[in-house]
Amino acid sequence: MAVRRLAPAEVQPKEFSFTAENLAWAKTQLEKYPDGRQASAVIPLLWKAQEQAGGWVPEAAIRYIADFLNMAHIRVMEVATFYTMFNLAPVGRYHVQLCGTTPCMLRGAEDLKKVCHRKIGEQFDVTPDGALSWVEVECLGACVNAPMAQINYDFYEDLTPEILARILDDLAKGKVPPPGPQIDRHFSAPVGGATTLTDPALYATAPKTAGASLKDSKAKKPGAAANVREAAVPAGPVGDSSGKRRK
Amino acid sequence: MLADKDRIFKNLYGQHDWGLEGARARGAWDGTKGILEKGRDHIINEMKASGLRGRGGAGFPTGLKWSFMPKESKDGRPSYLVVNADESEPGTCKDREIMRHDPHLLVEGCLIAGFAMNAIAAYIYVRGEFIRERERLQAAIDQAYEAKLIGKNNINGYDFDVYVHHGAGAYICGEETALLESLEGKKGMPRLKPPFPANVGLYGCPTTVNNVESIAVAPDILRRGAAWFAGIGRPNNVGTKLFCISGHVNKPCNVEEAMGITFRELVEIHCGGIRGGWDNLLCVIPGGSSVPLVPADQIADAYMDFDTLKNLKSGLGTAAVIVMDKSTDIVRAIARLSYFYKHESCGQCTPCREGTGWMWRVVSRMAEGRAQKREIDLLLEVTTQVEGHTICALGDAAAWPVQGLIRHFRHEIERRIDDYAANPHSDRVPVAAE
Repeated sequence: MAVRRLAPAEVQPKEFSFTAENLAWAKTQLEKYPDGRQASAVIPLLWKAQEQAGGWVPEAAIRYIADFLNMAHIRVMEVATFYTMFNLAPVGRYHVQLCGTTPCMLRGAEDLKKVCHRKIGEQFDVTPDGALSWVEVECLGACVNAPMAQINYDFYEDLTPEILARILDDLAKGKVPPPGPQIDRHFSAPVGGATTLTDPALYATAPKTAGASLKDSKAKKPGAAANVREAAVPAGPVGDSSGKRRK
Repeated sequence: MLADKDRIFKNLYGQHDWGLEGARARGAWDGTKGILEKGRDHIINEMKASGLRGRGGAGFPTGLKWSFMPKESKDGRPSYLVVNADESEPGTCKDREIMRHDPHLLVEGCLIAGFAMNAIAAYIYVRGEFIRERERLQAAIDQAYEAKLIGKNNINGYDFDVYVHHGAGAYICGEETALLESLEGKKGMPRLKPPFPANVGLYGCPTTVNNVESIAVAPDILRRGAAWFAGIGRPNNVGTKLFCISGHVNKPCNVEEAMGITFRELVEIHCGGIRGGWDNLLCVIPGGSSVPLVPADQIADAYMDFDTLKNLKSGLGTAAVIVMDKSTDIVRAIARLSYFYKHESCGQCTPCREGTGWMWRVVSRMAEGRAQKREIDLLLEVTTQVEGHTICALGDAAAWPVQGLIRHFRHEIERRIDDYAANPHSDRVPVAAE
């Protein structure tokens, strides 16, 4: 259990409503769930609201989403305070979620915490220019690439204090370094190359066009076909399109 | 060592195309229609015969789980398949690789499993932090819809929808009933069982919740036959398994291996050995943070499978192997896990809500030596009062690491207490429990 409270009234905006684009997206989300079960969409909608509000969920957004989904305000309030990815107070443009759980701790996450303290300050402090904030979170599920941190949407893996300091400096200048492993390593394969899946016969039937591997640093272009990629941009998740097929 | 041709996840490291074309070249979506045409009973019997045990941690036979679903709806309620992609167990990072590098195996598995249990749709609940993985999975699903592999009037002949849903950072939502609550738009608080999800699950309808890996291996098992899968590994612990080896090995990695590989082989072949050599190994948590640790001398040549590790009073869990060498401050490492469970307790049951925080505070004090020796037994007793007295298994999961610590490293705690007592400190002013 973590005690989580809404931000004080001074920082809360008076009103919140989805932009036309987000509103249209929200309506497609409802299509995923059976009639009368629109409450299921509460987490995706709160997440979208957090994106729109600049990284945190204002109280007005909680009320807005409750009304949108025809739920009692308190039910959405419960959800927003229960799930720790909803920031209840403003955060930096680049919000660093540093994993501190044992697998990362074994490989040096505590030194990374010192870097964050030095460069940013206490947890949830926002730097004066509004660029950075950080929080220690629990296991993010990239343990073989420990230690790691999630910065906005992307995982930065295999960090050292020097590398993290460099990344934070870059971000403060508005430059987004490529995500993924920060050492010479291919995703979760062992350093120095994979010990398995080396038999070329496995891939003998692969068409020539499928040769190039896609790096996570190349994000999917919103709206484009799934195999068209573009350079890394810290963009929001692309809208789900599965919903419209329901009916 | 498992031969490359026997591996299911041929794009584990993302060296090849994750998309439909690449997946097909590696064998996915091959003869899916034929598998479905053999019928529901055939699929469930094959899954039972394959000996696949659920890959989410508990090791419950997957085929048996599917067979619990009603064969036909007598009251008009539809059935659902829910895929648990809320991978949050510390040490575990296998489902992430499936979703971002081989998502079509999962999508195909959803169709087959959904057909076998007469479900109308699958919801894949991805943990909130996996934003890029969620996009990749959605892109794969879009490809499958475009190719008419799933959806209405698809070429496989069974109308089936696959939806991606996501959470927002709550470990407890990996518990199946908490996941269903979360999917219904509520706080992720586990439900009492019975009724079990196979009777009353998502939206009050029959539901089966399966781990990503369990679903993703199903198509290959059905294509290659149950006997192939059952022929790998050791009796009652068969098949291939994704291992995530993290911590103090030279080269941490994910790897697909045969069940029942020994710990020594696993680390020597794939991870470049223990950091500082085998003499430097202190202990191993073999199955994700929820299972008790096993000291070096017992684990070194142990088979990595459900039954062997259970006999070592631990478990295979999710096969997330956390290796600790002798530089580890073992009491602090376990205290950090206790903090994790304190942070992630949903607060519904008193023993867990209060007990996790209590255990964390006491183990943290013991890490400094600031405790009494009699408190070790008190701590052990409290863990047994949390264990088994909560709605879900998070209480057990919080108790086991502490029990493992006391079982194998009581001498270390006692040594710290002695050290602390021998070196007078100015004690901190005690503060009230938070």
